[in-house]
Amino acid sequence: MTSIKTVYSERGSVISKIAFVLGGLATLITGVVKAEVSWTGEGAIEQRYFLQQALETRQPRSQLSGYFKPEIYADWNDGNDSLLFRPFYRLDAEDGERSHGDIRELLWWHGGDSWELKAGIGKVFWGQTESIHLVDVINQTDWIEAIDGEDKLGQPMVSLAWISDYGTFTAFALPYFRERTFPGLDGRLRASYKIDTDNALYESGDEDKHKDWALRWQHTLGDLDLGLSYFTGTAREPIFVPQISETDIRLLPYYRQMDQIGLDALMVAGAWLLKLEAIHRKIGDESFYASVAGFEYTSVGIFNSQYDIGWLMEYQYDDRDELALTVSQNDVMFGMRIGFNDFSGTEVLIGYVQDLDYSQTHSAFLEASSRINDRWKWRLESWLFSGDEPQEPTYYFRRDDYLQASLEYYF
Amino acid sequence: MQFYRSRFSIFGSIPLLFCLYIGASYAESVEEKGLAIAKERIARDTGWGDSYAEMSMILRNSSGQESERKIRVSTLEMQEDGDKGLTVFDEPRDVKGSAFLSFSHSLEPDDQWMYLPALKRVKRIATQNKSGPFMGSEFSYEDMASFELEKFRFTYLRDENYQGESVYVLQQVPLDEYSGYSKQIVWVDKTYYRAVKVEFYDRKNALLKVLELDNYKQFKDKFWRPMRSTMRNVQNGKSTVMLTHKIEFGTGLDESDFNKNSLQRAR
Repeated sequence: MTSIKTVYSERGSVISKIAFVLGGLATLITGVVKAEVSWTGEGAIEQRYFLQQALETRQPRSQLSGYFKPEIYADWNDGNDSLLFRPFYRLDAEDGERSHGDIRELLWWHGGDSWELKAGIGKVFWGQTESIHLVDVINQTDWIEAIDGEDKLGQPMVSLAWISDYGTFTAFALPYFRERTFPGLDGRLRASYKIDTDNALYESGDEDKHKDWALRWQHTLGDLDLGLSYFTGTAREPIFVPQISETDIRLLPYYRQMDQIGLDALMVAGAWLLKLEAIHRKIGDESFYASVAGFEYTSVGIFNSQYDIGWLMEYQYDDRDELALTVSQNDVMFGMRIGFNDFSGTEVLIGYVQDLDYSQTHSAFLEASSRINDRWKWRLESWLFSGDEPQEPTYYFRRDDYLQASLEYYF
Repeated sequence: MQFYRSRFSIFGSIPLLFCLYIGASYAESVEEKGLAIAKERIARDTGWGDSYAEMSMILRNSSGQESERKIRVSTLEMQEDGDKGLTVFDEPRDVKGSAFLSFSHSLEPDDQWMYLPALKRVKRIATQNKSGPFMGSEFSYEDMASFELEKFRFTYLRDENYQGESVYVLQQVPLDEYSGYSKQIVWVDKTYYRAVKVEFYDRKNALLKVLELDNYKQFKDKFWRPMRSTMRNVQNGKSTVMLTHKIEFGTGLDESDFNKNSLQRAR
């Protein structure tokens, strides 16, 4: 569909982009000179221990790793402009792929009375549920960081938000695509074959330079928090194309184009939070619905103590019949969160996910953390997997149960 | 969470010009007198507009160990509703950048959200759990919510001398069934209608906490704020001292500074 019109508008957009960038830089430079710069961040050292011997001998039994995540922030113009820089680097003793860096954020923010503009590399979260984030599609998952999918790669973006009595409307232009990260052959928690991230395939001829767009409306109506979103562009989740050569078999990530409409809602009802996320996605020649719904119930001061206990349950549904790609087709998650409400902010989160189609497919996790003092904190994390169904991703992790202890430093 | 107004449950936000009680020429009941004192307390603290404060909370456990939290609190007085508050956490460092947004209401439950910067996520909080501790301190979320006349039933108990000052002693019974308290006893000084002491009784009617407010300073020639408030839990021996290092009024805040967008960029 390369018409004269598109070429013309391409050129127009390049010129306006340059003008925009120059204008932005000028504002930045004059501003930053007067701004006060704050420098904070965190670093951690982590030791993972796997409970079983790996499927392949080259995979380690224990894995030592560490990361550094500083944050530089400055604002000026009475706080109406700010610049945030959050680089990230992880060094892993075993898996070369897991030693990786990223710019999580490098974002200029400018706020007006009822609108705000963001430009640079940023992170956005959409959604309400805990066990899966269906609606949240702006940032790519930094999968190699953690298998809960909560770590995200920085996304190049320009976004403009308008804040009104009818809610907040935000438009996103996403000019560049980030590929998902995957463990290397020397890592654990991986597929049986090498995922060749150097040779990703794309449906779009523009490959990772395809321009993605998104719109979001977000509003609070009394006890109800509501969000609607639309995304068109490169899907963040790849499918895999096997490539068989004489020496090995590789999986090439293939990123298709998709259109997605999403709804996310949360309702407060007494001590209950009712949560819902639902999407309709058109991708390739597929078109499907997926949803997750559940609740969180918190009781405070249980047994006359200072502890809080939160109970969580979520049900995940996906109407695709064949699902090699997603774990959450007909699954239920139970969770319990214990807040100790002590000096150290001690917290424990336990979860269990059961596949309702395959009774042998389930996983469980535990996360606990507490402060040692104002700067140091310990954290324990554990994942246990069980799966004998090769169709389910859990199957690949069936020997990757692990326990991880970390020591975090904040400055 | 309106530290200033709420933690002592003293200041109010409803314009009650019509309720200035001019002398009691007939025999008032103790309920009427209690309500009149509460209304006067609110009337004297109406019209402050907005404020910004830098504060610390010093938590002490029963064995004397200490831990400090640093927060910045912006508050907006609302005329027709409870106040709006935005609290930004600075220390401990692992929660730096977290922020808490609260819309207090007089009759309905408050609306509250917490922003978690690592996930860029705004989470709604179930406000029925108001008796839960705030940041591990002896102040509960309920102690932080803005004080509204409609939340209590008042009874005047007696006059007393408290630390050399002449005070009224009132009982206030929370009307919310989810309140952590069966009642509160408040000491209010007769000159300025400031709370100087509050006793909190648990649901079993046993004394739970004692709050003492001192180092009062006056702002804009009218509004009094305590620079120190000390909450002692008499049941577990822990205490929290809340200190105000700096407070400014009329900083130009408006409603657009108190929404989920401002929560995400609060620093």
